[in-house]
Amino acid sequence: MSLIAAQSVTVSYEGRRALFDIDFQIDRGEIVTIVGPNGSGKTSLLRVLLGVIHPQSGRITRAPALRIGYVPQRLHLDPGLPMPVARFLSLPKRQSAQAIAAILARVGLPDVARQNMATLSGGQFQRVLLARALLVQPDLLMLDEPTAGLDQPGVAAFYKLIDEVRHELNCAVLSVSHDLHVVMSASDRVICINGHICCEGTPQVVRAAPEYRALFGLGTGGALALYQHSHDHVHDDACDHSEDLARHAG
Amino acid sequence: MLDDFLMRGFLAGLAVAIATGPLGCFVVWRRMAYFGDATAHAAILGVALALGFQISIFIGTMVVALMMAMIVAMLAGRGWAMDTTLGVLAHSALALGLVAVSFLPNVRVDLTAFLFGDILAVSRFDLGVIALGSALVLGLILWRWRGLLMSTLNEDLAHSAGIHPARERMVLTLALAIVVAVALKIVGALLIGALLIIPAAAARNLARTPEMMAFFAILIGMVSVYGGLQLSLLQDTPSGPSIVVLAAMIFLISTLGRALVQKRSAR
Repeated sequence: MSLIAAQSVTVSYEGRRALFDIDFQIDRGEIVTIVGPNGSGKTSLLRVLLGVIHPQSGRITRAPALRIGYVPQRLHLDPGLPMPVARFLSLPKRQSAQAIAAILARVGLPDVARQNMATLSGGQFQRVLLARALLVQPDLLMLDEPTAGLDQPGVAAFYKLIDEVRHELNCAVLSVSHDLHVVMSASDRVICINGHICCEGTPQVVRAAPEYRALFGLGTGGALALYQHSHDHVHDDACDHSEDLARHAG
Repeated sequence: MLDDFLMRGFLAGLAVAIATGPLGCFVVWRRMAYFGDATAHAAILGVALALGFQISIFIGTMVVALMMAMIVAMLAGRGWAMDTTLGVLAHSALALGLVAVSFLPNVRVDLTAFLFGDILAVSRFDLGVIALGSALVLGLILWRWRGLLMSTLNEDLAHSAGIHPARERMVLTLALAIVVAVALKIVGALLIGALLIIPAAAARNLARTPEMMAFFAILIGMVSVYGGLQLSLLQDTPSGPSIVVLAAMIFLISTLGRALVQKRSAR
């Protein structure tokens, strides 16, 4: 059974249709990435799956007692709110000092527990958000453009970390991303949306799909070629990319 | 002990400080300062209605404050520009209240008492209501603390943890209406907002965690009440403004102190 599924879901804001005909599911251990232009409904899809907004029609089914770890796109911290990292990680459930130290070490920030959230760098901040999501022992990790604002090495390191923890926790990862090259190397399945699901499948299938090329243009295809090396040719689907994927993910 | 009007006023002020401290922190964190003002200003309309219909002033102010808070929250949800909306509503409610009071026949009302507070006129009954209301607000906030804090940080994050931000907003709205009703007697409609914001803002300079900030805000509110009352007695100044002046002085000192400490640690 899938962890979470959407069946012909429609979402609208103030009469404007943001998402329609959405059929979606994600299984344990899968890494699925949603791509799409600005305003295509990527974040809306995450929010309807989270339960923040309710679908106009269609339904969302969740596995019983599903634990979701959510990493928001941005977290604006009011300067008037003093928030040490350790206190933040104890929200909403109190965590022991050991658990906090362990999770901070896991995300590579062993020394920040007493620091105020406002003093963290962008990369550190995202890692703390990830740490908080991991503390619930999630079945499903949901990330909304977690690497927006990070530099290239930061993005790579962040996705490497996510790949590691997904193996440790055996959780599924659903993320929205703009980092197309990372998406193409680190996902099991890519969903390209623009109001509805334009195309989906393995990264290679999506990259070759005319819908995807229409949305992201041939220029993007060229940029992707830089990261896909010899794989920017037209695919025959029998071709095995697992080695190549592993190299990119690692 | 409760026969002494000074003691009653002092105790009522302490009780209000217990409620405004933590609530004021949320007002600061959520940038609801103007929201608090609008709700408080509407209290004058509540006073007029209470006098007109001969019901308890506590009830009148609370109901009108609650209605005001709910209207504002609803308009905000529909995407109205908040500062303009609040500016219109706050001042309209205040003006409407002042006009309405003047229409009341056979009622001689000391409006300054409602605008600026009259802490020394707190009766035993008032003290009871104020203590009860403050305890209710403190209890409400303690009970919902984690949910409130999560929703304040990020509403989607709260949702993912099974918290309903809309429900937490209602808790704050309700708490605000109660505080307005009980604080009216202490600092008056015009300065309730100050009692919410200033101790919390001063506490920010001293605190490292949200809990500490709420605690310090209560302490600072209490010291302000005590000092303001003394000032009022010694110099015959109006009690409400005197309390706020004390709070403002503490804010100034704590801000300067913090700047000094930061400068020293930067060296």
